[in-house]
Amino acid sequence: MVHSVPGIGSKRLVVGAHYGLAGFIGQRVTSIVLTLWLLLVGVSVLFGPLSYETWAALFAPLWMKVVSLIALLSLLYHAWIGMRNIWMDYISPVWARLSLQTITVLWLIACAVWSVQILWRV
Amino acid sequence: MSSFTAEKQPRPKFRNINFPLLLTYRLPLPGVVSIMHRISGAALFLLLPLLLWMLDLSLMSEISFERLRGITANVLFKLLLVLLIWGFLHHLVAGIRYLLLDLHLGIDLKSARASAIAVYAVSLPLTFIAALKVFGVF
Repeated sequence: MVHSVPGIGSKRLVVGAHYGLAGFIGQRVTSIVLTLWLLLVGVSVLFGPLSYETWAALFAPLWMKVVSLIALLSLLYHAWIGMRNIWMDYISPVWARLSLQTITVLWLIACAVWSVQILWRV
Repeated sequence: MSSFTAEKQPRPKFRNINFPLLLTYRLPLPGVVSIMHRISGAALFLLLPLLLWMLDLSLMSEISFERLRGITANVLFKLLLVLLIWGFLHHLVAGIRYLLLDLHLGIDLKSARASAIAVYAVSLPLTFIAALKVFGVF
C-alpha cells in the first residue's frame, strides 16, 4: 500500500514543527470555552439573591463540576500559551527563559490539582 | 591566526525600539489595546492564586463563605477587586475583538481603530458598574 506522507514532496512543510499553530488555535478555543462558562455562571448568579446555599448548589451537580473543571483547565492552558509568549518575547537568555517557562508549567499544574480539590469538595 | 580575530568587528545590533524611545513613542489606540491585553493577561496570571483562593473560600463551607465576605468588606481589598475586574473585562472585550480580527472581520485601518475605541467604550462602563456593585451602591 502506498501511504501519502505529509511533509514530503511538493506539499512539504518548510517551516517549523507547527507547535505555534496548535498554541494559536488552542488559545482561541479555550477563550471561547471560558466566555461560555462565564455566561453560564453569570446568568445563574445574576438572577436571584446570592447566598452560600445558591452558590454552592450551582456547583453541586456532577455536570457542573465537570464543566467548571474543563473551564479551569482551559484557563490554565490559555494562561500557559500567553505566559509562554511573554517569556519568549522579553526574556532572551535561554537559561532564564527555560527556568521561567518551567516554573510557569509547574505552577499551572499545581493550580490544576488545586482546582480539582476546590470543585470536588463542594 | 590571531590577526584575523583581532580585526573582527562586533556586529552592529539593530533594535526597533529602546526604552527612552518607548516613553515618547505615540502608540496608536489599537496598539494600546494590544499592550493592555498583554499586561492584563499577565496580571490575571499572577493573581490566579488569589482568584482560586477566593473560589475555594466561597465554596468550601458557609463559614468560609462568610469569612470571604468579611475579607471583601475591606476597602483596600475592594480596590484590588475593582482593578482585577477592570483587567479581566479589558482582557475579555479586547479578546473578543481579536477573535473577530482572526475571522478577518474589521481588519481595515478605519474599523480596527473604531473597534479599539469600542473596547474601551464597553469595558470601562462595565468596570464602572462592577465598581458600584463592589462598593455596595446597589
